[in-house]
Amino acid sequence: MIRFLLLFSRQGKLRLQKWFTPLTDREKKKVIRDMTMLVLPRPPRSSNFVQWRDLKIVYKRYASLYFCAGLEQHDNELLALEVLHRYVELLDKYFGNVCELDIIFNFEKAYFILDEFLMGGEILETSKLAVGATMEEADTLQETMEEYMSKPAY
Amino acid sequence: MPAPIRLRELIRTIRTARTQAEEREMIQKECAAIRSSFREEDNTYRCRNVAKLLYMHMLGYPAHFGQLECLKLIASQKFTDKRIGYLGAMLLLDERQDVHLLMTNCIKNDLNHSTQYVQGLALCTLGCMGSSEMCRDLAGEVEKLLKTSNSYLRKKAALCAVHVIRKVPELMEMFLPATKNLLSEKNHGVLHTSVVLLTEMCERSPDMLAHFRKNEKLVPQLVRILKNLIMSGYSPEHDVSGISDPFLQVRILRLLRILGKSDDDSSEAMNDILAQVATNTETSKNVGNAILYETVLTIMDIKSESGLRVLAINILGRFLLNNDKNIRYVALTSLLKTVQTDHNAVQRHRSTIVDCLKDLDVSIKRRAMELSFALVNGNNIRGMMKELLYFLDSCDPEFKADCASGVFLAAEKYAPSKRWHIDTIMRVLTTAGSYVRDDSVPNLIQLITNSVEMHAYTVQRLYKALLDDISQQPLVQVASWCIGEYGDLLVSGQCEEEEPIQVTEDEVLDVLEGLLVSNLSTPVTRGYALTAIMKLSTRFSSVNRIKKVVSIYGSSIDVELQQRAVEYNALFKKYDHMRPALLERMPIMEKTATNGPTEIVQTNGETEPSVVESKHPPPVTQPTNQANDLLDLLGGNDVVPVIQTTMPTKPASAGGELLDLLGDLSLSGGPPPAPAPSVPTSQPSFLLDGLSSQPLFNDIAAAGIPPMTAYNKNGLKIDFTFERANPNPNIAVITIHASNSTEADMTDFVFQAAVPKTFQLQLLSPSSNVVPALNQGTVTQVIRVLNPQKQQLRMRIKLTYTLKGSAVQDLAEVNNFPPQSWQ
Repeated sequence: MIRFLLLFSRQGKLRLQKWFTPLTDREKKKVIRDMTMLVLPRPPRSSNFVQWRDLKIVYKRYASLYFCAGLEQHDNELLALEVLHRYVELLDKYFGNVCELDIIFNFEKAYFILDEFLMGGEILETSKLAVGATMEEADTLQETMEEYMSKPAY
Repeated sequence: MPAPIRLRELIRTIRTARTQAEEREMIQKECAAIRSSFREEDNTYRCRNVAKLLYMHMLGYPAHFGQLECLKLIASQKFTDKRIGYLGAMLLLDERQDVHLLMTNCIKNDLNHSTQYVQGLALCTLGCMGSSEMCRDLAGEVEKLLKTSNSYLRKKAALCAVHVIRKVPELMEMFLPATKNLLSEKNHGVLHTSVVLLTEMCERSPDMLAHFRKNEKLVPQLVRILKNLIMSGYSPEHDVSGISDPFLQVRILRLLRILGKSDDDSSEAMNDILAQVATNTETSKNVGNAILYETVLTIMDIKSESGLRVLAINILGRFLLNNDKNIRYVALTSLLKTVQTDHNAVQRHRSTIVDCLKDLDVSIKRRAMELSFALVNGNNIRGMMKELLYFLDSCDPEFKADCASGVFLAAEKYAPSKRWHIDTIMRVLTTAGSYVRDDSVPNLIQLITNSVEMHAYTVQRLYKALLDDISQQPLVQVASWCIGEYGDLLVSGQCEEEEPIQVTEDEVLDVLEGLLVSNLSTPVTRGYALTAIMKLSTRFSSVNRIKKVVSIYGSSIDVELQQRAVEYNALFKKYDHMRPALLERMPIMEKTATNGPTEIVQTNGETEPSVVESKHPPPVTQPTNQANDLLDLLGGNDVVPVIQTTMPTKPASAGGELLDLLGDLSLSGGPPPAPAPSVPTSQPSFLLDGLSSQPLFNDIAAAGIPPMTAYNKNGLKIDFTFERANPNPNIAVITIHASNSTEADMTDFVFQAAVPKTFQLQLLSPSSNVVPALNQGTVTQVIRVLNPQKQQLRMRIKLTYTLKGSAVQDLAEVNNFPPQSWQ
């Protein structure tokens, strides 16, 4: 299973954190710090896998964001790269040409999309279309006076 | 009270902050506003406030005061509220806080909600952070949802069940019935999550595993699904670069691995599909390689036929040549796993693996190094070592320690010759000397000591290395130890292996003194250097210089150095007669499993047969117990050797003089020849105060072998008593009892013995070296004789002692051994 998924910028600012195991706040902060220190200084052409403690860390850089996942020993790293890529594709489909700002200003949506794709550290849905359709339908359920597309709900 | 600012407003505002302090101020202000809003129990804006709180939490600020608000949001009827509420619960709450249990009821209600998206939210939250208590309470609901026909809910329920099983393994049984027809679904989401659920159950419980293998016939079902995926046409929703649902394929392969492990039938059932996947998968993109990777892992783990295994290793071999770094990394990792079981197959790719040592990527280099060490064997040691040493030269410091240790281990196991071994060690010490582990210094010293014929060569090379560079401490330590031991060989220019260098005693002492004063030397190194200088006092002639150096360090600030210097000084002054014996050449060390002090037994002369050891100073006296304190200083690395006798291999060597002593034994008798001057005699006892004072074996004649008198002349009588040593019946244990019937004590008494070639003899330490006058006491000493060929025991003994101021020396033959002692 995936133990955690982190998104952070090139300056090390956290943009999204999903934890699939219970950790204290202190432990989480330590992991985040370790990941940024592990991943950010790596040269551009190095492999996307690093061994850290007893986990395999898989990371990929998309524009200005680093997507970083911590896997257990028996997980398939090459497939994890595909998982990260799939998530980016889902974000891209939803936001239309997604960029870091979209994720900053709509972080809750990024979480909702993630929750339709992964659960408990495992892949929930392998169809791109299914996730997109679910998001659309769920968004329509949001009871607000304003239309959910043009104005923010909160 | 104005409406709280919108989330996006807040984010925009915070991002305009130019300093950390400014940001903190803004956040504190907003937090205060949110807190008062919470206090007012404002339903309308609670959602907005919690959302803002979550943003601030992501920036790293505390948000615990929002936890209860999340619970209120979850309990609300509005979907927007629930969505943010559950998100907040997942981010802010965890099972450590009791607050989370309040969620249980809400979740239970929402699991039965009419809207599937609300149910989905509840399942998701439970499946991501549900505690064991919550899982226990709600497992029933999850199980119900697992049986629903709604595939959206079914897939979520499946992963929720996985989480429940992980938290509370005992509940696994409960989900068994629901798994019955999970795999007959068409929906890929459900299929995937079902496979995950089945995998989790099979991994956790061998009973489940057996059940699924036999009763459910899981393997054929999975094979069918996999086949459909591969053969089916293009499906736009599941396609990734031309491959249909790679995520599902990989998951199925993983479950097949678990099912096929150690099970012949299952393995056979999946052979075909594995071969098909292995050969037909497109390898141009990462996706295809991900599937191939999983396939290879599965093939290696199950009981596959050999053709399939070879196919798998070849795929890994192809991976190694792939341009993509990730794939090379993954290949090296997998090969490392399989190298134990399929060693020969992996050996075929050795050259590619060794090339990976030169890769720029750190992760790849590390894997390649580990794999290279695993592949070293007796046949390829020379070639591999060349590559590994080259790697050691050029690699990053983080690798050097591990690489050096690996090189030492490999060299020890497979060294083709002693010279090669020493050369390899030298190379490691000179290139990565400061990264070598601490315990390798004593190991190396032991290795060098045991390579007797290489001593001159070794000390010469080490000396030359020291001249170049004294910064690498392990190298310096080993070098100073060797120079201390074999400095005489260095100066006499006796190297056989290479051109001997011309070195004078003063030059050597210069180098050692240089180590003592250098800032680069650690205290441990200085200790080595001082001891080495001291040892040279018996090997070199410039004793005065050494005395001076030693006395200078008697006032050193370093306590260890000071103690050593003071004791060495004492050795020069009061105990000068013991100095040669104490500083003698180290014997061959036996490799002991532990490094603690082991029992020392003295040896008789047949140890050093090599020609090189010509400068044996004859130890005339035996040290008393007082000297034992001084003896602790010798052998700077606390490895105490066990001395064993060795059979003399070259009768014409230094040992030959000893045997001349025995040369006449085969003849009827006649006057004994003049004793050779350099008879190596019993060495002083090394440590353990108690050892010299007690005879090790029973004095009284045991096993019914009668005692005998071996010698009786001029008032000195020597009796032998016998005992058989357990467990080896070939060893006779003889205790000598020396008594003195004259009026004066016999002081400096030394008993020596020699036996013919077919025997081996060990002489243990005597009880004392003074035989009291008028039979007031005896000196006892134990001799152990190994007689594997059961030949007649004969012995020649040499006695030296001082009586009334004059030295007496005598030789005698002992032929009257009772037959039982050697039969």
